[in-house]
Amino acid sequence: MAKRIGIEVSVAISEAVKLANADVIAAYPITPQTHIVEHLAELVADGELDAEYIPVESEHSAMSACLGASAVGARAFTATAGQGLELMHEVLYVASSMRFPIVMTVANRALSAPLSVWCDHSDAMSVRDTGWIQIFVENGQEVVDNVLCAFRIAEDRRVLLPVMIHLDGFYLTHVIEPMLLPEQGEVDKFIPPNQYPLPLDPAKPVSMGAFAPPIIYTEAKWAQEVNLRAAKKIILQCWDEFGNRFQRYYSPVECYHCKDASVLLLTMGSFSETASMAIDKMRQEGRDVGLLKLRLWRPFPFEEIRQAVKNAEILIILDRALSFGGPGGPVCSEVRSALYLEDKKPKVIGFVGGLGGRDITPEGFEEIVNRGIEISQTGSEQEFEFLGVRE
Amino acid sequence: MTKPENEITWKDLEIGSIVTEPGNASQYKTGDWRSQRPIFDSSKCNKKCTLCYILCPDGCIERNAEGYFVANLFYCKGCGICATECQRKAITMVEEEE
Repeated sequence: MAKRIGIEVSVAISEAVKLANADVIAAYPITPQTHIVEHLAELVADGELDAEYIPVESEHSAMSACLGASAVGARAFTATAGQGLELMHEVLYVASSMRFPIVMTVANRALSAPLSVWCDHSDAMSVRDTGWIQIFVENGQEVVDNVLCAFRIAEDRRVLLPVMIHLDGFYLTHVIEPMLLPEQGEVDKFIPPNQYPLPLDPAKPVSMGAFAPPIIYTEAKWAQEVNLRAAKKIILQCWDEFGNRFQRYYSPVECYHCKDASVLLLTMGSFSETASMAIDKMRQEGRDVGLLKLRLWRPFPFEEIRQAVKNAEILIILDRALSFGGPGGPVCSEVRSALYLEDKKPKVIGFVGGLGGRDITPEGFEEIVNRGIEISQTGSEQEFEFLGVRE
Repeated sequence: MTKPENEITWKDLEIGSIVTEPGNASQYKTGDWRSQRPIFDSSKCNKKCTLCYILCPDGCIERNAEGYFVANLFYCKGCGICATECQRKAITMVEEEE
């Protein structure tokens, strides 16, 4: 049985990567992700994890080194945040398009300028379309569990795609939580060995990353799209099996007090914990409000979202990223679009807030719900509400 | 590839579009990019200098049975370097439609 221990979330991630027996870690330190790769460096240096640790000169190189490692069939891991994720941007597309099962944790951080090391989801949203499986987690235990699941999902022959796990910088990375770390034997049974079907091998030469003329590129992209959408089924199976083994269950969209709720709030990441406190209070006051926690961001869980909101009248969505000049936050845009053709759907009200580490308290979430209900009745001249800005 | 390019479906591609057949780039026709093609005048060529053969960036110039240099038009992209560099003015570029 796993023992409950108090551990910093970043350190717990490193321990999970060790439990998953990663072969190669290529990393460049960046706040607030640094503790993850720092502790992994210690684990490798101390001989606790038998892996190649490649301290590279940039995030672009970190991801490139992971590509190379993955190409020979090694289990590769890296972590980054904010500007680092931006610097690896072009290589992210290569990783998913070449179908390399790399696992990466992203300690979500606002983007410059002005320089901010604090949390929001601007970095995550800028890599939305890179073709990675993307999971947003709410707390430390969820990160650890999903790092373990990520290797299994990524390396599944029916998937073979990289997985990105988004965790809020500082809110999660730097806190100490009571956590259950599974035992090595249990993890070994859960994650089978990585067997990439066409690795680089001098005895059986292949060309990877060759160019594709217009007559092939469209077919290549469709193959990738079909594959990413089909991955949802395997993700669900993996979460089910994880739950059966470790008694912690995950789903693409988690509903908290949603049954019979006419007003729903949708959040992602660590805000979901804070928002649930506000929901608890409002429920005690007899209000029919509920919370949707969106966990699986790519592939997008269309059916689960439609099911979860079909009986609600108002859906209030909080985005922790701004799409400049656009229709609102990216999450709100996508959910609204997913519901557009439904006959019965709630009014969707978008908020953008919590940028660059600005806190939202439980009282703040209560205000969001109240303001959302107000806008649903009065309408608004703005595409979305921008939270807490001083006029 | 066993199939012609225009019959390959998305299901035929290997994962990540990996190419499992070594050396099949030779089957890729680059000659259809060309807007001009080189015409070799064997009466001006001494068969010895090899400048066109050496300087062709595509490596598509080869000797014919009589020992004269000619471009393989399956690959020749019509860049015109051979015509510019030929010291005997034995190569001229003509428009494809001529």
